[in-house]
Amino acid sequence: MSQADVTMHGNAAVMAEPAFSVPAKKMAMWLFIIADSATFAGCLVAYGFDRNATPNWPRPFESITNVAIMTAILLTSSLTMLFAVRWADKGDKGKAFRWMMITALLGAVFAVLHIREWIELIDKGVTLFHNPWGTSLFGSFFFGVTGLHLLHVTGGVIALLAVGIRYRGGRYKADDLEVTGLYWHFVDMVWMFVVPLIYLLNLSH
Amino acid sequence: MHDMSHAVHHGEPTSFIRKHVFSLDHKVIGKQYYGMALIAVFIAMVLSWIMRLHLGWSNLAIPGLHLLSKNGAPGDVPTPEYYLQLMTMHGTIMVFFVLTTAPFTAFGNYFLPIQTGAEDMPFPHFNMMSFWVTFSGFIVLISSFFVSDGPTLGGWTQYAPLSAAGAVTGPGQGWGVVLWAISIGLFCVGQLFGSLNFITTTLDMRCKGMSLMRLPLSAWAWFLTSVMGLGAFAVLMPAVILLILDHLAGTSFFVASNLVINDQVLPHSGGSTLLWQHLFWFFGHPEVYIALVPGMGITSHVLITNMRRPMLSHRVLIYSMGALVVLSYMVYGHHMFVAGMNPISSLAFSFPTLIITIPSTIIVLIWLGSLYGSKLRINSASLFALGFISMFISGGVSGFFLAQPSIDIMLHATYFVVGHFHLVMAVAAMFGIFAGTYFWFPKMFGRMMNEPLGKIHFWCSFVGAYCIFMPFHYLGIAGNIRRYQAMVDDYLVPLIPVHKFITIAALFTGAAQLIFLYNLIYSRFKGPKAPNDNPWEGTSLEWSTATPPPHNNWGDKMPVVYHDPYQYSVEGAKQDFIMQASPEPVHSADEEK
Repeated sequence: MSQADVTMHGNAAVMAEPAFSVPAKKMAMWLFIIADSATFAGCLVAYGFDRNATPNWPRPFESITNVAIMTAILLTSSLTMLFAVRWADKGDKGKAFRWMMITALLGAVFAVLHIREWIELIDKGVTLFHNPWGTSLFGSFFFGVTGLHLLHVTGGVIALLAVGIRYRGGRYKADDLEVTGLYWHFVDMVWMFVVPLIYLLNLSH
Repeated sequence: MHDMSHAVHHGEPTSFIRKHVFSLDHKVIGKQYYGMALIAVFIAMVLSWIMRLHLGWSNLAIPGLHLLSKNGAPGDVPTPEYYLQLMTMHGTIMVFFVLTTAPFTAFGNYFLPIQTGAEDMPFPHFNMMSFWVTFSGFIVLISSFFVSDGPTLGGWTQYAPLSAAGAVTGPGQGWGVVLWAISIGLFCVGQLFGSLNFITTTLDMRCKGMSLMRLPLSAWAWFLTSVMGLGAFAVLMPAVILLILDHLAGTSFFVASNLVINDQVLPHSGGSTLLWQHLFWFFGHPEVYIALVPGMGITSHVLITNMRRPMLSHRVLIYSMGALVVLSYMVYGHHMFVAGMNPISSLAFSFPTLIITIPSTIIVLIWLGSLYGSKLRINSASLFALGFISMFISGGVSGFFLAQPSIDIMLHATYFVVGHFHLVMAVAAMFGIFAGTYFWFPKMFGRMMNEPLGKIHFWCSFVGAYCIFMPFHYLGIAGNIRRYQAMVDDYLVPLIPVHKFITIAALFTGAAQLIFLYNLIYSRFKGPKAPNDNPWEGTSLEWSTATPPPHNNWGDKMPVVYHDPYQYSVEGAKQDFIMQASPEPVHSADEEK
């Protein structure tokens, strides 16, 4: 029995009540989300700063079909994550595990669609330091910001698989599922900033 | 439900490696941080000696310097570029690997869990990684001394485009910058892990009876510092990653188009040099407080114990430190008054900068008001705490001038600024480290440090620091730009005697630190045994446990807290103080409900 567990289950015999009644693991995830928000904010502010400062900023995107599909998939995955957490709270391990795997699958599909989009752009000649339309910064920021997000999605899929399997095996509890869920919703939320700023602002019409 | 008497967080390790190297124990990790800071501070001090010697006597050969860099110091005389490289490394090592690690992650790691009444931090593996990632960062930084053209010369702020345009801008601007950026990136990751642990320890791991307001001021300071670190390092990390991309991936985030450097047109296009400053100072200003606030906490804690009475107001002091945390994020633009920002931005950043003097002044007034009329016990720790206050005031006063754009235009990038931040942040933070060391050494190692040597160390450092940094202000007002490696212009030549004086003072003050080093090492092995678990008659939880504390901090009985942290000079008590963990009732009116 570790002290962290004692804290999480609010054992008043040796410990004071946690502030905000949030156990340590969940608190740490919230703190990580705050820090990571600052990281993304830094990147997006940098993007906005340079975009405003650059007169010939290109607006090359023709259609929003692909990004709309990707967004729908990611949003759906947040919903399936909610189902997983809810079933875990009710103690139905099987269903919780299944919803979690569906979430991971949706995350993976998102990543595949994203990489496909990347490859298309690379074929058109867009790289970190060059693109056919204008300032090289477009490619730098596009790949930089979406790459950082893609890294988070990939990490999230791995986390979902690892936590899901260990949850089924009994090593992790419903609480851990919820903490993983927090992260996943955060990744989803970041995407809702990336879409308008990186995609919609750069539509050609 | 469970047998709490044996609730240990993780078993006590037996192998040497798990006990002393890859340890999960916050106390061992704290000592590791302290050891790293100790190595770092002496490296950085020697660098400053070389710089000072060169500034005083610009043709002086420094024996053996060519061994460090053949190209940088032909004939043992540093080249102008090598001077800048030494300066950059001095700043980077000091700010990151000394002033951030020693007062914050070293003492914080050791004493935050003990002062909150926890057995360890909630994520010991993260804690271990925090140290080892930070340590790797340190190794990477030091390794840049040994790459072909040496470490970077861009200053610890690494302003673009100098930092981002690559090797064309000078020696060390290729791999030197990349290694610098990797090192700082690693440091950011390490501090993120640390901050997660510090905050969750404070909020979730307090023992029974330990409400937030019952935490000692040092614990509050570490907690608030970790809140700053959480946001600040998270923004520095993408900044250094973008910098690395500019070097290795051919992007140009920080390099504008058509830039000509050393007669070469750079291939970069489109970036913004100001962007780096925005990202850097968004981190950089909180960083100043990250270095300072732990010292405030340690100073308060040490002073209260030696004054035998609490501060005038525990709460106001905490709220003021909290205000520093919030404001530290809102003032960063005052580093950029002359950087080409919109003048309205300057005004917008100047205003909160002047506001931040209010909580700072409140803190100082609480210290002075509490000291007034107290029977302060004079020992090395309390002397250094007083020294902290002195440095903070002296350095802080010049901040009033720099906070105003109209005056800053004149003083920007002069020695005035260097004097300001060395006093208010560097020397003050160092004094906080010293106060903490003399104060907590008996608890950490079970032996006392030598008091007479400690006092000699204090007076030499105190007088020496003023002799070094007060003339800096004079040089700055006289127009001496910082980062000049030799004074050759007409108006600078008359200032050379001042530089010589500073150099002598710096050599003297640095040598005085060897007294400290001797005292530290000698006392660690041969010092007299601490008379008991509570040699300073303190009240907070670290003095309730064994010396040194056992693996789980408390043996088999978790502490229970009954009182506010600083119950000194209590009327009707058995002694003149009541410890937090003592059930003895307090009858005075001071005790809060």
